[in-house]
Amino acid sequence: MEEIILKMLADICGDEIVMEDADINLLENDLMDSLDYTELLVGIEEKLGVIIAPSELTREEMKTPNRIISQVKARM
Amino acid sequence: MQILSDFYFFVLAAAAVIPALVLGAKEKSLKYYTFAVTVMFLGLAMKSAPETAVFMAGYCAYQYILIRAFLRITKIKGRRKGVYRICILLSLLPLILNKVFAAFEISVPGFIGISYMSFKSVQMLIEIYDGIIGKTDFFEFLNFLIFFPTVVSGPIDRSRRFGDDFNRILPRKEYLDLAGRGLFKICLGILYKFTLGAAAYQAVVWTGKEDALIWNVLYMYSYGVYLFFDFAGYSLMAAGLGYIFGIEVPDNFNKPFISRDIKEFWDRWHISLSHWFRDFVFTRFMMNAIRNKWFDSRLSAAACGFIINMGLMGVWHGIDISYIIYGLYHGTILALTEVYQKKSMFYKKHKKEKLYIAASWFVTFNLVMFGFFIFSGRFIRLIGLN
Repeated sequence: MEEIILKMLADICGDEIVMEDADINLLENDLMDSLDYTELLVGIEEKLGVIIAPSELTREEMKTPNRIISQVKARM
Repeated sequence: MQILSDFYFFVLAAAAVIPALVLGAKEKSLKYYTFAVTVMFLGLAMKSAPETAVFMAGYCAYQYILIRAFLRITKIKGRRKGVYRICILLSLLPLILNKVFAAFEISVPGFIGISYMSFKSVQMLIEIYDGIIGKTDFFEFLNFLIFFPTVVSGPIDRSRRFGDDFNRILPRKEYLDLAGRGLFKICLGILYKFTLGAAAYQAVVWTGKEDALIWNVLYMYSYGVYLFFDFAGYSLMAAGLGYIFGIEVPDNFNKPFISRDIKEFWDRWHISLSHWFRDFVFTRFMMNAIRNKWFDSRLSAAACGFIINMGLMGVWHGIDISYIIYGLYHGTILALTEVYQKKSMFYKKHKKEKLYIAASWFVTFNLVMFGFFIFSGRFIRLIGLN
């Protein structure tokens, strides 16, 4: 599952760095804007069957690959 | 008396803050006192037109009944899209009627804060549908809707966040820290609104008197600067007052004029509004567009999403040609920026260079200022549409 998310992130952010550094701040490094975030939510829903509503979590709670993974895990 | 604007309010607020500080420092619940202060200020604000207080009370009851009913239906029958849409429409109906009547200059039973209150009840309906909100409490809901620092012009809070703050009792040290930050925000807000904002307003008045092009250009910059100091100052005071009552009201501005592109600008300008639209309009439109493949490409979906999103934001300000053009203007720039950043090799090659960043900042700053020029209504008069 972690791998699926990391791959998806690399795809969405257009940068492999997210696979190397799972604690990288996606917001501060301009890797994820609101459009990318939407794609991430749709991707998580389609590939993992986990639904996260757009307003459910703050961007702060989803700002690193590791945080995203643990939020998805908590809902599986 | 007008909330957060006249001397009378500030004298009373200074007095009302003292018991809050004592309660907070003694680790006592602030919520009942907060409610009493809110009722007092709303009462004074609506004293000259008592019927509006009745409308406001009716509005709150109406919204609460809608939310309760929708919660119950969702619990018993599951998520029903039809019911969901009807509830959203019913929730927005008072605001829509208010805006339509205002556009036709029909005098209409309105009350302070209706535009901002609508955001709060609609987001709750949406989050009930999403399954994030499973219960509601009338007292908390009412306070969320009418909390006096934010009732007139925001910042727009979120119900779950507000509820957590409203019901918590902070340890003494944390509360005093919060209250201290609140006081600082209030002072900064006063400086912004009543000195810098007022000074910029003078420039707006002077430059507004002449018709030559150069005066229009100067007016554009003065108006943009005035709008920032006036509204950012107001928001700082509202947030700071909220802090003292234990509510960590979200920030509304974060140095908007340093933005390097228009997407960044909307992360820094009227943040609680733009993030509301992002979370409850844009993201949802995009998710549906992607899931149901409404468009050939993500890029055209995004372009369309931006224009719809910002168009709605414009109309929300009022049914007025200036506001509508203002919204569509920003929607179009956002869409073009998205296309440019995704497609242009020039952008990808140079985006990290200092000169490029400086040029990008300059263009963004002027686009933003021109947006305010449209917003001011003077653009429409200039081109003769009005």
